[in-house]
Amino acid sequence: MSPTLFPALPQLFAAAVTAEDPASRFIRLLTVFLLAMWVGFEVITKVPQRLHTPLTSGSNAISGITVVGALVVAGALSTATSTLLGLAAVVLAMINVAGGFVVTHRMLEMFNPKKK
Amino acid sequence: MSSQAWINLAYLTASMLFIMAFKLLTGPRTAVKGTYLGALGMAIAIIAACCEKPIALSVAERGLWPLVMLASAGVIGGVIGAVMAIRYPMTGMPQMVALLNGFGGAASVLVAGAELSSTCNLAFCDNAKQAATAAASLAPWTQFAIATALTGLIGAVTFWGSLVAFGKLEELPQFKKAWTNPNRHWINLGLAAATLLLIWGFCANPDRTILYWLLVIAGSALGITLTLPIGGADMPVVICLLNSYSGLAAAAAGFVIDNAVLVIAGSLVGASGLILTAIMCQAMNRSLLGVLFGGLGTTTAANADDVYAGKVKSASAEEIAMVLEGASRVVIVPGYGLAVAQAQHAVRELANALEKRGTTVEYAIHPVAGRMPGHMNVLLAEADIPYEKLREMDDINPTFPETDVAIVIGANDVVNPAARTDPKSPIAGMPILDVDKAKTVVVVKRSLSPGFAGIPNPLFAADNALMYFADGKKAILDLTNALQ
Repeated sequence: MSPTLFPALPQLFAAAVTAEDPASRFIRLLTVFLLAMWVGFEVITKVPQRLHTPLTSGSNAISGITVVGALVVAGALSTATSTLLGLAAVVLAMINVAGGFVVTHRMLEMFNPKKK
Repeated sequence: MSSQAWINLAYLTASMLFIMAFKLLTGPRTAVKGTYLGALGMAIAIIAACCEKPIALSVAERGLWPLVMLASAGVIGGVIGAVMAIRYPMTGMPQMVALLNGFGGAASVLVAGAELSSTCNLAFCDNAKQAATAAASLAPWTQFAIATALTGLIGAVTFWGSLVAFGKLEELPQFKKAWTNPNRHWINLGLAAATLLLIWGFCANPDRTILYWLLVIAGSALGITLTLPIGGADMPVVICLLNSYSGLAAAAAGFVIDNAVLVIAGSLVGASGLILTAIMCQAMNRSLLGVLFGGLGTTTAANADDVYAGKVKSASAEEIAMVLEGASRVVIVPGYGLAVAQAQHAVRELANALEKRGTTVEYAIHPVAGRMPGHMNVLLAEADIPYEKLREMDDINPTFPETDVAIVIGANDVVNPAARTDPKSPIAGMPILDVDKAKTVVVVKRSLSPGFAGIPNPLFAADNALMYFADGKKAILDLTNALQ
């Protein structure tokens, strides 16, 4: 491939590896957001009505993913305020995560006849 | 590969596992696997988070204690959550889910608040070395500020909305009466205006953390005033909506801290909540705005006395048992009254007695029966009623003409044929279970009092209907005894 055919290519690559500007960061996250919403719609419309309660509590548990943010911001030990708020967030998010998964599991156990 | 790349790969794995978890929720057996995969994904994401650069730097600087601190906070939360989930009775699931949901929303508010505090600290520090970092963190201000503001707002609405929903579902005395202040629309409007002003102000001056917390307060007030007027039967919609919000709050927090796994998991939950909200609204024949701001329409319904006058036939347990003895196919229609009366085990006994006689017994589940999506399924599953016997509305409606006896327990509006026949009825067009088409309908109910829609039910006066006035649980037990 001759460099004259794509003269801008090296510059383009160079631009891509340098730090991302805020707008493209936003667009990148927005891309992820919209595609994940789409996947969500596709997958969740296939869940039967009978399993809507486990779906609610299971998705509830997954919304506790904010624990990841809580851990990072608390562990950074940036300011006393941010550390304390972050730690409180870790506790709350973990209640959400653990509670959500345990409740969902309990419910699904009931849907499946016990092995005797 | 850099360590950040490994961390991102771990986040990607977690995201795929979350999608798998939802995908496996198509059947009760695979769903169990799905829960494990979801939990595994969460564990991977948590471990990856603990390897993130800010934490690694703190560990390099101060030894292991930051990790110990994080782990103890995590364990405390995890134990509280697990104990709550194990202890809480199965019948209280709607309020349990509401409460957990609220915690997730609150966590997102705090994450954004903490991130704001640390970013502001970096940005306005005199230290020259940190000033360089400050320039980098100042650059994305506007997007950062919008995302932070949205996280604070949605998270606060989720938290307080969920607490109010919890209070209502738990039937705490303070929440017994729906809040019907005539000025509530103006209060909501004022709060919404204040919220918008605060968002605008905060985005213009993101260094004023006080504006963020004021926004959180406004969002909290909004969460309360929006949820308070909503009545019991609309709770499934509220639960779904709050669930969706908690996901969106997590996704917004992902924008704040630039983390894709938060965005992916959050939007999956957001999508799930929105779909469920749409399904619930459709099943009640209401618009979402109507549920949030309306209360039921004021269409004039037929007068109760005209509908029931002299036509309601009451029957005793023995009479009904005689009808049941000749039945070859019985369909049980549970409603919220069944949950209130805790009659699910009694229903199971009745079904056992009937099945022993060779009768086919099935259950017809209306999508909005109960206080959360799928509430009746969980309740009946608790009484060991096989999953295969729980039939969805569209599935079972065509079979009612071949049904000998339909037993309606604690349900009213979802079996009201006026939805089909009376275009002026407030529930006109709402999809219902066609129990009136069964050869005989037995309605177990305490009195002729109307359901949530506040309208009389012509079913009770139909020629093929027998009313059995009693408390749900006792009624079913007596019926079972009479049958044996």
